[in-house]
Amino acid sequence: MVRLTQSAGRRLVAGIPLLWLLLLFLVPFLIVFRISFSEVRLAIPPYTPLITWHQGTPTLAVHTSAYSFLFTDPLYISSYLYSLKVAAVSTLCCLLIGYPMAYAIARARPANRAVLLMLIVLPFWTSFLLRVYAWIGLLKNNGVINNVLLHLGVIHQPLTLLQTDFAVYIGIVYSYLPFMILPLYTNLEKHDPTLLEAAADLGARPLRAFLAVTLPQSLPGILAGSLLVFIPAVGEYVIPTLLGRTDQLMIGRVLSDEFFENRDWPVASAVAILALLLLVVPIILFQRLERRELETGS
Amino acid sequence: MSSRGLFARVALVLGLVFLYVPILSMIVFSFNNSRLVTVWDAAHSPTFKWYRTLVGNEQILGAAWLSIRIAVISATAAVVLGTLAGMALARFGPFRGRLLLAGMTTAPIVMPEVITGLSLLLLFVAMGQLIGWPRGVGAITITLAHITFCMAYVTVVVQSRLAGFDESLEEAAMDLGARPLTVFARITLPLILPAIASGWLLAFTLSWDDLVITQFVAGPGSSTLPMIIFSKVRFGVTPDINALATIMILIVATGIAISTVWMRYRERRRERDLQLAAAANL
Repeated sequence: MVRLTQSAGRRLVAGIPLLWLLLLFLVPFLIVFRISFSEVRLAIPPYTPLITWHQGTPTLAVHTSAYSFLFTDPLYISSYLYSLKVAAVSTLCCLLIGYPMAYAIARARPANRAVLLMLIVLPFWTSFLLRVYAWIGLLKNNGVINNVLLHLGVIHQPLTLLQTDFAVYIGIVYSYLPFMILPLYTNLEKHDPTLLEAAADLGARPLRAFLAVTLPQSLPGILAGSLLVFIPAVGEYVIPTLLGRTDQLMIGRVLSDEFFENRDWPVASAVAILALLLLVVPIILFQRLERRELETGS
Repeated sequence: MSSRGLFARVALVLGLVFLYVPILSMIVFSFNNSRLVTVWDAAHSPTFKWYRTLVGNEQILGAAWLSIRIAVISATAAVVLGTLAGMALARFGPFRGRLLLAGMTTAPIVMPEVITGLSLLLLFVAMGQLIGWPRGVGAITITLAHITFCMAYVTVVVQSRLAGFDESLEEAAMDLGARPLTVFARITLPLILPAIASGWLLAFTLSWDDLVITQFVAGPGSSTLPMIIFSKVRFGVTPDINALATIMILIVATGIAISTVWMRYRERRRERDLQLAAAANL
């Protein structure tokens, strides 16, 4: 009897969140997929139904016009490529800046580690939107950076920093840096320092010991951090809208404009499905890493 | 110290400067008299006039109140669902749907927000057509969307906490005849309480801060604070936003300081208890 209620209880514990996520996470994607194969029409909702009835017989109406539209207008392909480029460059910058920072924290005295980690995480608790907004004030033509450089005599005319690729890189690196540092730190902190000592005893210079011992061991951390930055960065909307170029949009902005400005739900859905196709491999990779991390109990 | 250690330390200091300069600049310029935001008007600053403007702004206050209510409800529901999911994933061993549950709790963390937002809105529209609920979008649909992406984070936090210690305590209680619900209330819950607390705070922050998903599932009359801020800063910088940022930073800093002191206190008390217990055993 106890067994029976126990298994019923377990079913409830696992079943409630499973049902919630099925309804509010999985089913929505199926709806997006289905609407990407319809056409716009002036109605509520503004797309053609999947099944139309002709004298009592149902006909499946699958339209691929949204997808063919994406491939005929070069705007879409160029936004995909631009988004991938921006995400890749930003991820690399995050890694180059975040790795030494994570390394320094992992090698700090244990008493200082908690404080340093808190300093890394603290900005995350303040509004993301406001932190991106702060960069407008810093990067503007009459902003803080230009004013300081002009005052110091380094430049004689204000640099155009806002609405450039550079501003988007700064914005993404700035907002996502903690997501790179934390998994790297968790990895680097577990390293056995005696391995480095052994390498040194065997005559390896510090750089060589780092390349041969530390770097290969930290690959899972590098991969986890990079995926945590790269995947959301591809679809980033706020940062390129506030800081980025106006002549070259990223895919998140294109999707949002198709939906809100053009009210073209099928094309917006097709944009989302293609973006998901680009990201499906990185997402699965991330899930595998995450599962391994969570299930080994570290 | 090796050159490698020195290089990493310099990088750490520069990185922290990079993280904090924008925040400090907002605080400094919130006291600036000039409308130009970034030009310091030394003759008339510091001033509190942007704070006064802010306090008199009904739109911002109303949006902040809506955001707080949504964040409290979302975080609370997300903690319940996330704890259930975390328990199932960490303690139930293999079961049907486990891989699906694991996948659906990690995917929302990296999923680009525009995709999540679009898909949730299309779901709500389809549901409205099919079963007549929800009727239109607004605070209810925003809350449902926030619960969904927040519970993913709570699940990860709770699951990793549960994975951090083994099941022997729970098994011992079971062997002594405790019912599953008693085991949960007396053993598991106290153990994961810190994870639940930090999960709730994380969920609250994520909900309070979310713009992109919210924009998709919000309707007329349900503008949250990030939506108001975004519509203001999109068309130029406004100094009262600096004042708003400063207030929010102040609240977060106070909260973190209080929780740090409280955790120190708890830790010290636990150490003392352990010492007392050890002394009693002598």
